[in-house]
Amino acid sequence: MELITTLINGLSLGGIYAMIALGYTMVYGIAKMLNFAHGDIIMVGGYTILVFLNLTGSPILATCFAIAFCVMLGVLVEKLAYKPLRGSSPLAVLITAIGVSYLLQSLAQILFGSASKMVNVGYLDSLSFGGITVQGYTVFTLACSIVVMICLTLFIKCTRLGKAMLAVSEDRGAAQLMGVNVNRIITITFVIGSALAALAGLCTLMKAPTISSTFGSMPGIKAFTAAVIGGIGSIPGAMLGGILLGVVESICNRVSSIAPYTDAIEFGILIVILLIRPTGFLGKKRREKV
Amino acid sequence: MAFLQVDHLKVNYGLIQAIKDVSFSVEQGEIVSLIGANGAGKTTIMHALCNLIPKQSGQICFDGQDITSLAAHKLVPMGIAQVPEGRRIFQELTVVENLQLGGYTRRDKKEIAETLDSVYQRFPILKQRAKQVAGTLSGGEQQMLAMSRALMSHPKLLLLDEPSMGLSPLYVSTIFDMIHQVNQEGTTILLVEQNAKKALAISNRAYVLEVGRIVKTGTGKDLLADDSIRQAYLGG
Repeated sequence: MELITTLINGLSLGGIYAMIALGYTMVYGIAKMLNFAHGDIIMVGGYTILVFLNLTGSPILATCFAIAFCVMLGVLVEKLAYKPLRGSSPLAVLITAIGVSYLLQSLAQILFGSASKMVNVGYLDSLSFGGITVQGYTVFTLACSIVVMICLTLFIKCTRLGKAMLAVSEDRGAAQLMGVNVNRIITITFVIGSALAALAGLCTLMKAPTISSTFGSMPGIKAFTAAVIGGIGSIPGAMLGGILLGVVESICNRVSSIAPYTDAIEFGILIVILLIRPTGFLGKKRREKV
Repeated sequence: MAFLQVDHLKVNYGLIQAIKDVSFSVEQGEIVSLIGANGAGKTTIMHALCNLIPKQSGQICFDGQDITSLAAHKLVPMGIAQVPEGRRIFQELTVVENLQLGGYTRRDKKEIAETLDSVYQRFPILKQRAKQVAGTLSGGEQQMLAMSRALMSHPKLLLLDEPSMGLSPLYVSTIFDMIHQVNQEGTTILLVEQNAKKALAISNRAYVLEVGRIVKTGTGKDLLADDSIRQAYLGG
């Protein structure tokens, strides 16, 4: 019973990681950059929920506002910080992304102070079935991430825009020759990634209702790890990597003798997988084009 | 003014001038070839036409409109499609998805379906393999797919960059037959080829390119008979 509960908790945590990892992996696949400010979008989402929760009193409204705000922020960051660097060295873009990350964290400290704040997004009753008790937020997060993953998969597989995204990800120049507006596709990618980050922020707050300016850092790094384990650039890879990491973390935390080493074990898995399979589970070897 | 008019095109790669003041034109309904050795600048011209690389200077007009600095994706709805060198089909997508992307800028579903039918009629093998991932096709089949994908946008001008490269002689013939056929159906064609003999044979006119300059021009027939061209490009 204990094992099943742990597994469900792990899947739920993995769902959060997967939602964040999707943002990393899609931006990497399509814009060919590592957006290290992605984790901080989660933090901005969390603070937006805090602000609008105080204003409206409704967690649902606050979440909607947070999603909208994060989408706007994500698009704005892309337009102002990343777009002017398109075509320049990947290192310049990477450093810019790290800069954006610090900028967002510092802004949060200026606006909300450096102390953690409580965010009470409400409580969902825990569920019991067949002797297993699962927390309400666990079920909510799991459901949320499953819906997100199904919708995203359908969007990519079945719509004209989704296929254009795959095309841009595989060969940007050829996609342009098909008439695909690459800038627009990149914007859409940031819209999706930022919306998922806001949602991940909500789920994280339901689990642990405190927020500070580094709220998104650890989930961001874990999700990035998940994206790399799954194969960065691959959408199913991000889902797989996220869920795997969530389950591992949940199991490690359950076993008291190894619980203190949970993070080390997770990043250790990353190292081992990169040694055995440098492209991650579902990543493809890309041929270099001249 | 010609259907496609390129004036004083210059392209630099770093400090190297890859294209040094090239001018040429294509009239509506023609097949025009750019021939030349490896490194003459043929593909560079193709990329510059579609703004995939920056130009140093020059002017490009198509169908009476200045397209010099128009973004690559805006050329497709105007009627320009390019089959890039090395085919560059989307390997991880299926054959039919590749074809659908070719018609990305068209909105009329009925017309797209009609074009898809005509593509399938031309190459039944593509219909058989419609659901197959495009990377699993043979080189020749991939070239057919790349050409068909370009035709999905219903172009007025088709730019073909080395369509016969790396293909077996049988497929080379198939591809050249297709080029001829597409042209007969009313599409203007600008063809870049290393296979000068085949290219000149189906071209109305051709330009000979040497290290970034046009050194000779004439009708396909005349150039085929030209002694210096024979020696340099047609194997004596």
